[in-house]
Amino acid sequence: MALSEKDVQYVAKLARLEVTEQEVAKYTQQLGNILGYIEEMGKLDTANVEPLTHPLDMKNVFREDVVKPSLTQAEVLSNGPEVQSGHFKVPKIM
Amino acid sequence: MELYQKTIHEIASDLKAKKVSSVELTKATMAHLKAVEPKVQSFITVTEEVALAQAAEADKRLASGSNLTPLTGVPLGIKDLLCTKGVQTTCASKMLEGFKPPYNATVVERLNAAGAIMVGKTNMDEFAMGSSTETSYYQKTKNPWNLSCVPGGSSGGSASCVSADQAFGSLGSDTGGSIRQPAALCGIVGLKPTYGRVSRYGLIAFASSLDQIGPMTKDVEDCALMMNVIAGHDEKDSTSANVAVPDYTVEMKKSIKGLKIGIPKEFFPEGMNPEVTEATKKAIEQLKSLGSEVHEISLPHSPYSLAAYYVLAPSEASSNLARYDGVRYGLRVPGENIVEMYSKTRAAGFGPEVKRRIMLGTYALSSGYYDAYYLKALKVRRLIKQDYDQAFEKVDVIVTPTVPNPAFKFGEKTDNPLTMYLEDIFTISINIAGVPALSLPCGLSKTDLPIGLQIIGKPFDEGTLLKAAYAYEQSTDWHRRKPTLKES
Repeated sequence: MALSEKDVQYVAKLARLEVTEQEVAKYTQQLGNILGYIEEMGKLDTANVEPLTHPLDMKNVFREDVVKPSLTQAEVLSNGPEVQSGHFKVPKIM
Repeated sequence: MELYQKTIHEIASDLKAKKVSSVELTKATMAHLKAVEPKVQSFITVTEEVALAQAAEADKRLASGSNLTPLTGVPLGIKDLLCTKGVQTTCASKMLEGFKPPYNATVVERLNAAGAIMVGKTNMDEFAMGSSTETSYYQKTKNPWNLSCVPGGSSGGSASCVSADQAFGSLGSDTGGSIRQPAALCGIVGLKPTYGRVSRYGLIAFASSLDQIGPMTKDVEDCALMMNVIAGHDEKDSTSANVAVPDYTVEMKKSIKGLKIGIPKEFFPEGMNPEVTEATKKAIEQLKSLGSEVHEISLPHSPYSLAAYYVLAPSEASSNLARYDGVRYGLRVPGENIVEMYSKTRAAGFGPEVKRRIMLGTYALSSGYYDAYYLKALKVRRLIKQDYDQAFEKVDVIVTPTVPNPAFKFGEKTDNPLTMYLEDIFTISINIAGVPALSLPCGLSKTDLPIGLQIIGKPFDEGTLLKAAYAYEQSTDWHRRKPTLKES
């Protein structure tokens, strides 16, 4: 599957990355090469193979719902770029 | 021999015998660290104040003689993607410049509880994405064996600081080879434990189903000592395994007579660096002469591991790194509305390799491509895992080269991302399968660059892995060679 500049612009939008024209050109070429390499996997017949999402045989881990000490509000907010009245402040959403 | 040149087990007995105090040791190590740092540049942040306060506490413990561990009073380096309370943790990214975590990673808590000293936060590839530490936003770490060569990556600073005696050991993290490859290139020991063996709580995530924290040390015994402290279940990490942890220093000393070693033919491809091939073959002969049995095996799907990895790891990364949006921590670039703020912040905060991987992962997970890439890679993942399961029915450990070549020059592989990705060709399938593997020194090239031997073990069988490594190490002196910090 050949990658176009339009694909790269679309993916950048999905990933919330502002990209310049030069970056789009560069990434189209580089990601195209990487995808070409990745498509090597197509040589393997995996029709009857179950996907493996995780190396361990994992199950959901449950615990009792007990209140334990946690970070204070001040600690949680301490790295916020813009904080006001105990909240993280962001630019307008609508 | 200077104090800072010793191993953890050597200095621990000096500390216990009160031949030196932790404050004296920490000051001596710090003086050496600073003296060579302009050449090597292992650290993003040097934490002298923290180290001296911890050393004073360790001395109280050493004076009382109770509650001592082999790490009490010993200076260590911590990779800058492990959260350290109140101490800047950057992931080598502009995105997290100035970020001071409000809590410690579990491994850091465990080192603190053992009385270890933190000398600094080590340099790395940005968000652990790279194999040379060149993608760090902050600085280029040099290989102590040849300052014009890279230290490997992503745990490049954690490797160089141990190699250059700036710390007695360090913590790194390994998603596709990021502990073992720099350990090999810098001539030290590095262990990637079984997935789930060490808690990932407070490790800034790259690819959550592949990431694992591990020790980087001057020799195998030190590696066992650090594993004794960091391994074990943690309720704060739901993927941490509740499996008993043995005393690795006891396991390590057991005999390797009759140990079955598998040599996978896929790991000795045509055209591999002849010095690496020769050093690996010599090491295998050495293990044989120590009483182990050598069997040729096959891991037939390993040639597909790099392709699968470059779908799985970027996919997980694209999801994990969505959190850097300028809201709760890190960089924010103002925008007219929230989406513009996100997009500008992420464009300014991430470097080119991180952006490349976010885009690759976003593409692989996007509608219409999911089956062809992500689902396909998960199926290949099962095939790779099955290869290891079947091999371990016949053998106890698998031995391969860690990296196809010794350390390379700066800039040599930065233009074409694929050539950099090939650095991890021998290490990557181990993360996909979740098994443990270690790299230890097994030779030097004609130009005096270290060569690493990789030993791969069964899940949760780090003990056998350390046993094979220790037996080999004790019969050679590669681990005692020291770099000269020369330019070439």
